Amino acid sequence: MRATDSLGMSLRQSPITHETKTMAFGGWEMPVEFDSIRTEHAAVRGSVGKFDVSHMGQIAVSGPDAGRLLQRLTTNDVSELDPGEAQYTAITDERGVMLDDTVVYRLPESRPGYLFVPNAGHDTAMYDRWVTHRDRWGLDATVENRTDAYAMVAVQGPAAAALLGEHTDLSLSALSRFDIAAGRVAGVDALVARTGYTGETGFELLCATDAAERVWDALACQPCGLGARDTLRLEMGFLLSGEEFHPEENPRTPFEAGIGFAVDLDTEFLGRDTLADARDPAERVVGVMLRERGVPRGGYTVTTADGDPLGQVTSGTMSPTLGEPIALAYLPTAYAEAERPVRVEIRGEPKNGHTTTPPFVS
Amino acid sequence: MSFEVPDDCRYLDSHEWARRENGTVRVGISEFAQDELGDVVFVELPAEGDSLTRGEAFGVVESIKAVSDLYVPVSGVVTATNEDLVTAPELVNEAPYGDGWMLEIDPDDPSTLEELLSPDSYREQIE
Repeated sequence: MRATDSLGMSLRQSPITHETKTMAFGGWEMPVEFDSIRTEHAAVRGSVGKFDVSHMGQIAVSGPDAGRLLQRLTTNDVSELDPGEAQYTAITDERGVMLDDTVVYRLPESRPGYLFVPNAGHDTAMYDRWVTHRDRWGLDATVENRTDAYAMVAVQGPAAAALLGEHTDLSLSALSRFDIAAGRVAGVDALVARTGYTGETGFELLCATDAAERVWDALACQPCGLGARDTLRLEMGFLLSGEEFHPEENPRTPFEAGIGFAVDLDTEFLGRDTLADARDPAERVVGVMLRERGVPRGGYTVTTADGDPLGQVTSGTMSPTLGEPIALAYLPTAYAEAERPVRVEIRGEPKNGHTTTPPFVS
Repeated sequence: MSFEVPDDCRYLDSHEWARRENGTVRVGISEFAQDELGDVVFVELPAEGDSLTRGEAFGVVESIKAVSDLYVPVSGVVTATNEDLVTAPELVNEAPYGDGWMLEIDPDDPSTLEELLSPDSYREQIE
């Protein structure tokens, strides 16, 4: 029987079959945990782990105006990308509010064009956005939603290059961070990018869906689910769409979300004029560490040491690496600039801690 | 996967177990429950001497991914809590029916234990 979400909608399935616990995420049914979050997390920090991230969208953009179209719909400077290079960026609306964060890949010369990777469940909206604006601006570009054609596997950790190196003809040492190359992995045509969302060295592999299990099975290492993906990104202070930003429920600019480095105001993009006046936001995403026991979770209130409300936790966990409770929260900017005492109210009980600048682990 | 459901315990449909031991009732969560939760990182328990009423929440168990209330299987007074869980909450994962126990209750009416789910009924529930 096909799994459904809470509204009874059928969930999209990865082309890779997993015999483990799954969860609904962005309209997909994906593995949440294979062994335990702690085991999986430790494998990635200490050696290597693999993730099925086929829930990520893939939108291909090609043609003479492909770069121009991306430039006008994303915040970073796409013109800086040579073939085989990628960049982290935000997609904002006219208000400068983040609709998504993504990586834009300029594909290697053998496969000219661009690919960007919207978050789970955003692929249709982003495809529509690209087509609508292409037509509005009269640009000559082909936009294709390739989400159901591609599988995506991330292999992450200090031993990722050694493991992947056994299964590819590519020279991985030639790939710098945010480079992408076309090659073969486990006998299958693939795009190999030195990207990821764990804070460790690692690679993300894109291949045709019917070849995905071959790639997955060849990479003999700890399989990891969305649970460990979340704890790993949280320890780095990386954003999660839907938690640290959401266009309706938690509208945030890239400056509030702490990714001003991915905004180039010298380029022309939707939201640029608003953002030019929003570089010094009143609130920013801030790291919070607790010294009392308890797990800060999304929606919990952050207060001053005297109990005056300051803001809300967007996501939090017990850091598997530190064994300490950590969280991200939107707080007045002063709290981002120095360590300050704060409290998080956990089921009515104030728990003492302080603000900090992520990453939580080095 | 099949989970251990010891025959000497009674169960709640919220996955707590209760076992009679030397006049008191020891309480914890089932192997199935700890597996659903994943890595347990924090257990919040009542104080010794607290009076508990059957069906009310007596505490909270938090794993990395979830938070779950704990429910009282029999009314009575708390005579002991498992202090090892303060520093080693992972005992709930490692030995849910043993070193991962949570509290001991001096029951108002020991016979009410028999009103809880039998091991067979609980096995059916988690199948």
